[in-house]
Amino acid sequence: MPDLLTVKNLKIVATSYPPGEPPKTVTLVDNVSFSVEKGKVLGLIGESGAGKSTIGLSALAYGRGGASIVSGEVLLNGKDILKLGRGGIRSVRGCKVCYVAQSAAAAFNPAHRLGEQVIEASLRHGIMSRQDAEKRALYLFRVLGLPNPETFGERYPHQVSGGQLQRAMTAMALCPNPELIVFDEPTTALDVTTQIDVLAAIKHAIEETHTAALYITHDLAVVAQISDDIMVLRHGKMVEYGSTKQIIEAPTQDYTRALVSVRQTKRDEAADQSNKLLNIENVSAGYGNGFKVLHNVTMHLPKGQTLAIVGESGSGKSTLARVITGLLPPSEGRITFDGKQLPPALSGRSKEELRRVQMIYQMADTAMNPRQTVRDIIGRPITFYYGVHGAKKTERVKELLDQIELGDRFLDRYPAELSGGQKQRVAIARALAAKPELILCDEPTSALDPLVAEGILNLLLKLQEETAVSYVFITHDIAIVRAIADSVAVMHRGKLVRFGPKSKVLSPPFDDYTDLLLKSVPEMEIGWLEKVLVTRRMESAGN
Amino acid sequence: MAALGPENGPAPTSETLAAGTTQPQAAAVAGSGVIATMNTGLVDAGFWRRFVRRRPMAALILQRLGLSVGLLFAVSLMIFGGVEALPGDFATTYLGQSATPQAVENIRKDLGLDRPVTERYFSWLGHALQGDFGTSWASRNSVSEQIGKRLGNSLFLAFFAALISVPLAICLGMLAVQFRNRLPDKIINVVSLAAISLPEFFVGYILIVFFAVKWGVATFPATVYDSMGFMERLSAIALPVATLVLVVLAHMMRMTRAAILNVMSSAYVETAELKGLGAFRIIARHAAPNAVAPVINVVALNLAYLVVGVVVVEVVFVYPGMGQYMVDAVTVRDMPVVQACGLIFAAFYIFLNMAADILAIMANPRLRHPR
Amino acid sequence: MNLRAIPLSAWVGFVGIAVALICALFAPFIAPFGESQVVGDIWLPGGGDYLLGTDNLGRDLLSRLIYGARTTIFVALAATVISFSLGMLLSFTAAVTGGFIDQLFSRFNDLMMAIPTLIFALVVLAVLPQHLWILILVMAVLDSTRVFRIGRAVALDVAVMEFVEAARLRGEGTGWIIFREILPNTLSPLLAEFGLRFAFSILFLSTLSFLGLGIQPPAADWGGMVKDNKDGIIFGINAALIPGGAIAALAICVNLVVDWLMKRTSSLKGGRGDA
Repeated sequence: MPDLLTVKNLKIVATSYPPGEPPKTVTLVDNVSFSVEKGKVLGLIGESGAGKSTIGLSALAYGRGGASIVSGEVLLNGKDILKLGRGGIRSVRGCKVCYVAQSAAAAFNPAHRLGEQVIEASLRHGIMSRQDAEKRALYLFRVLGLPNPETFGERYPHQVSGGQLQRAMTAMALCPNPELIVFDEPTTALDVTTQIDVLAAIKHAIEETHTAALYITHDLAVVAQISDDIMVLRHGKMVEYGSTKQIIEAPTQDYTRALVSVRQTKRDEAADQSNKLLNIENVSAGYGNGFKVLHNVTMHLPKGQTLAIVGESGSGKSTLARVITGLLPPSEGRITFDGKQLPPALSGRSKEELRRVQMIYQMADTAMNPRQTVRDIIGRPITFYYGVHGAKKTERVKELLDQIELGDRFLDRYPAELSGGQKQRVAIARALAAKPELILCDEPTSALDPLVAEGILNLLLKLQEETAVSYVFITHDIAIVRAIADSVAVMHRGKLVRFGPKSKVLSPPFDDYTDLLLKSVPEMEIGWLEKVLVTRRMESAGN
Repeated sequence: MAALGPENGPAPTSETLAAGTTQPQAAAVAGSGVIATMNTGLVDAGFWRRFVRRRPMAALILQRLGLSVGLLFAVSLMIFGGVEALPGDFATTYLGQSATPQAVENIRKDLGLDRPVTERYFSWLGHALQGDFGTSWASRNSVSEQIGKRLGNSLFLAFFAALISVPLAICLGMLAVQFRNRLPDKIINVVSLAAISLPEFFVGYILIVFFAVKWGVATFPATVYDSMGFMERLSAIALPVATLVLVVLAHMMRMTRAAILNVMSSAYVETAELKGLGAFRIIARHAAPNAVAPVINVVALNLAYLVVGVVVVEVVFVYPGMGQYMVDAVTVRDMPVVQACGLIFAAFYIFLNMAADILAIMANPRLRHPR
Repeated sequence: MNLRAIPLSAWVGFVGIAVALICALFAPFIAPFGESQVVGDIWLPGGGDYLLGTDNLGRDLLSRLIYGARTTIFVALAATVISFSLGMLLSFTAAVTGGFIDQLFSRFNDLMMAIPTLIFALVVLAVLPQHLWILILVMAVLDSTRVFRIGRAVALDVAVMEFVEAARLRGEGTGWIIFREILPNTLSPLLAEFGLRFAFSILFLSTLSFLGLGIQPPAADWGGMVKDNKDGIIFGINAALIPGGAIAALAICVNLVVDWLMKRTSSLKGGRGDA
């Protein structure tokens, strides 16, 4: 079969205008070639900044934010679309090639009804009559499993949920019957339990309509479910390109191997549950206006161990962290730390009480003052809690830098001069500087690329062995829970669903929610999605 | 919206959908949340909450109206009370050097200044609400009568300035967006930057020098009187209107440009572009409906500015309007006139700001089509 | 910072401000005649001994212009500095403290801003005695409402950042949080705002003086000079346009610098395009 899309030696650069400096040209994509057959799906995978979206948009001859294609060819049915004029490109976009954005919430126009937006491209390109377009939209809404497909198109974007919007966006892309769809991380913004539905809907719709697709994501497990071929990208260059089976089962490059095998760290849980450091009893909390976010939560954490709190967005897991820190005093219940009750509000806690509980954030970027050097950032808790100044302080900062496996040379750098992983390490050092007994980790690895995240997790485990510090680890990622937790708390809509030692929580019999959650996490296995869907269908048939 | 503060924590899930709104709308909606919580105390809370859920737009508009009335009342209190609380005795100032204690006493009694403050405030406010602003100290004329004549003149001036500047500013703003970062945009940017730096009186005198003195095509001073015909009036106000237009145009144009650019850089305009739509359709169908609210906001804010701008322009052109009346009263410390004019100017200002808010609320699809 | 990266427009602005500042600082050495010294006939044309001619009382216009720079810049700058200090102090306190204090300050500020600045100033100046320091204070207080609004927004932008929360969790005091965590990260937009407020103060002061409510004669100030000489216009004497032009030129120069500062700030904030 002839190739539908062939990309040859693509090079894309972006020019940025940093203040106070001459314009800078950055190469986003360098010498990338691939091809997509009719009706097939190619997965583009890589970390953020790997140039995946840029490549995807090049199939529509579009450069976002100052990006421009400087050399190479993008052949659609053998014709180079880069050489087309404005009108020619317009007749490709929204007609032969369509695009599904990561954030459908932003990509839909808030002023128009969904149905109008879905059929707009078909009408404007004269592909079909209004009647046919509406019929097709209805068909697609059904295929994609949207609720009340007959009236769905009459709604406005703000009237439907995020998962539904993402499916509506897919319908919008499929409506004009394109030959190729570019999916740009269509499920990344969704919760894991929603992701699986959208993923299944997309897969089903692609198969139904025999449309070819470029599927862009950072999650290899997701792309393994949906694509025929996979290309791995890093820093704008191709790392490996092959069939899905080959990439998943027999990767040839070190980087790909690392991607496939991440989260191999596993740890057995500690047996001793007696020596309680943190005890959360019947805690409820909410924000003003009576909006309750936490309902009667009880859990505890023994000394020197790790408690993982798992849940999706809106589960109340971050709120619980705020309650523990005192930023949000609970409306009911109490928290005891090392046998003594903690004052509910931050302002009521003594310096010593504050010192013993430290925090690490998800975004190391915003968690550090950009105008302070590493020396100041790590040094401040030392001065603040222990009154140590000058050379002694520097000595201690160096010691900490050694502990987090960064050297002296980082002393006088600013956060902007560090990589994401290095920043998170500095944040860990800042927490350690207070010599705390408990560190709250709020998704510290979820913004990092898989390899870097693995390093951070190993560092945290090493530090726990060295200093016997306890962790409360907040995450949405079951794999991380398996890797590092001693005990696990599963939260859903502000309530504690399940709590206990890891071995018990993560093995059957499950409650409904934990079951759903565990089954929704994509596994690095071809055909996993079908298996899950089959089990689901059998279960619902059984009911 | 910032009033909600850092303690507010993560946004409730319903708000994560709001990511697509343009900034001004989001700000307007979220900002009213604060007022909502303040207002609930006044009305039966349960009823009000149900009303807010069912008719969010009507509720927001009612809040804005209530807020404006409250604001106006507070402003009246400030204009009156502030004048009372500040040092300096009118009677002494009024009589100047020749003040004997007896004369001061007499004049205080004459003006009613010997009555208690609260009593005077309420009688002043009560009369003001019925359109009676008392008697001028300087001329002993009825203030309301004078204002009645002059307010019309001022509005006449402001109306024609708005009529010319609003469409012109929007067109120029769109032009600047169309040629973004190219020569026409850069020229418009530099010229408008210079224009917002010019004091009103300077613009006025430049126009007078050229159009009235050098070329003699316009009249100065811009005197109008009752028996004047409409066309005569128009030619009399040509220069003051031109001055006001020049002053307000640059501001309005710069703000329009920013508002439209904000919409043009949104994700849904990119979506429209990736659908292969033509430039005109993208602007007319996808950008315009969302740009309406911020642009209306810009226009209303600048009209409010215009109302104040007439003060200086009237003085420059010796035009018998409210502004000149007020400035004259200030120089002779004629308090009833100052208070009346201050209250009326503030009322227009508050009203236009309120109109801006309400129009922005009405243009917001999220509120027009509640869940 | 790279000097070559500063655009021409900003250079023009810097030079203009520098010239005005030099005039203001060294007025007695630069000006050919005294501030209120009558040197000749009224409204003499420019050229010869009197480079810009004479004014309505026969005083040298150039000398008065140079002395006027002193008054205008001094008063505008003083008002801006006070309004800025006041506005920043209150807004940062409101942003960091939050809760009741924040509500109280913000609502009061809304109320102050509900009255147009010029009208407010007219009402207040009608009552207060005419002193220079009262004028400065009135300008400062009225202007500080604008500073408060922007300061609070900027501070809140930073105050919700996690490094500020981290400092709070550490137990740092309000002083440390304001001066060490928030302020260093808000300098750039605040500097631009300072420039904007300064330009506005110059225009506002000139307007007040022009209306006869600002600086009182015989002291020279640009707005007042326009007022003094405005009657000449109808006879084709353009003495009023010269100080008017000076005000405009200075305001333009300040705005050019501000424009550059703002662009610099916004590009600092702006993220890079998706890759």
